[in-house]
Amino acid sequence: MKGALRPEAAAEMIPEGASLLIGGFMAVGSPERMIDALVARGVGGLTVIANDTAMPGKGVGKLISAGLVRHVIASHIGLNPETQAKMIAGEITCELVPQGTLVERIRAGGMGLGGVLTPTGLATEVETGKQIVTVEGNRYLVETPLKADFALIGAWQADYVGNLSYLLTAQNFNPVMALSGRTVIAEAESIVPVGVIPPDAVKTPGVLVDHLLIRAA
Amino acid sequence: MDAKEFIARRVAREIRPGSLVNLGIGLPSMVANFVPADLGVFFQAENGVIGLGARPPEGMEDRHLTDAGGGFVTAVPGAASIDSAMSFGLIRGGHLDMTVLGGLQVDEAGHLANWKVPGKMVPGMGGAMDLVTGAARVIVAMQHSAKGQSKIVPRCTLPLTAQRRVDLVVTDLAVIEPTAAGLVLRERAPGVTVDDIRAATEAALVIPDDVPEVILA
Repeated sequence: MKGALRPEAAAEMIPEGASLLIGGFMAVGSPERMIDALVARGVGGLTVIANDTAMPGKGVGKLISAGLVRHVIASHIGLNPETQAKMIAGEITCELVPQGTLVERIRAGGMGLGGVLTPTGLATEVETGKQIVTVEGNRYLVETPLKADFALIGAWQADYVGNLSYLLTAQNFNPVMALSGRTVIAEAESIVPVGVIPPDAVKTPGVLVDHLLIRAA
Repeated sequence: MDAKEFIARRVAREIRPGSLVNLGIGLPSMVANFVPADLGVFFQAENGVIGLGARPPEGMEDRHLTDAGGGFVTAVPGAASIDSAMSFGLIRGGHLDMTVLGGLQVDEAGHLANWKVPGKMVPGMGGAMDLVTGAARVIVAMQHSAKGQSKIVPRCTLPLTAQRRVDLVVTDLAVIEPTAAGLVLRERAPGVTVDDIRAATEAALVIPDDVPEVILA
């Protein structure tokens, strides 16, 4: 962990056309201050990998509304009409991935695995163009690993070495994504001294976290 | 009682004591209202909670505790919060006893289409493909027809959700069990005749000698 950054300074690290893993599920558990700073910076052509594109005004939805996203990899975009409209208008391309496959592809990316074998998507549009293998008599789709230039993580507590804990349904994709960004930036609701988060409650070990945003004002 | 409540109350009768159940967004989520609390059922929300409870009292919502649609929920005693990898491990890994999902079409092979209307509605499959692939039982809860068109068809014209045959279809008119021998009409709604159901169904139905009226929870 390299120390706490102001959101604007963190956003400065992210260049035009970067790929971002962004935690959250319908914006629950998304790093909102980090996203606000990206919108303020206005850097475009982004690839966003997230469960969904939330809704206008929330989480990833803010990046969509600001026109900063070129490509989306997500399981669901149905609750953000702007994503659909921009997709139809050709401003955004979208790869839709079954939710369980999406999280495993991200996990594979971060865990050093060459991919995922899953039965999900067999005999559907999802299998188009993909390799199918048979293991012990069962057929599986071969799904490739996913990594990104940055992982933007929303946590509940962080301590001074970057250990993170999460609350309830706000954890969702965050712990998995923290493995798979080449640079990991975490935003926590509060920052506490080392030892306040018991070792057993740490869901993301601080060694994975490169930067922590400074506390909220 | 409206059609949706009728469907939800019939589906509720399928839920076994002590089981783990995932309810889809919309009509399927109404099923929980008709399952007795003493049945010991745990409801999973795929965004990360086992032991989903009712809506919280107004003004007492926690923004870290939501269902897969983003709505505020509570958790029951014994609840657990999990990340998305664990959540879909439960679903795909055969640990989920039942899922109840909405549908756009079900066909004579028992295939479900419920995630896309090409050119019109492309919300994404979310967790639906994993749920239909991995749940021990899949129940489709939907209106029998939409805009005067039967949703139970000889062969799905919309993109399939999975290759798996669903286990039961509950509509406002009938309870239908997809089997290797075709769609078996198991029950009819009160006041609805077998001929009414035949007339409202585009797919061929297998009609047993006795088709009793639906009993509701």
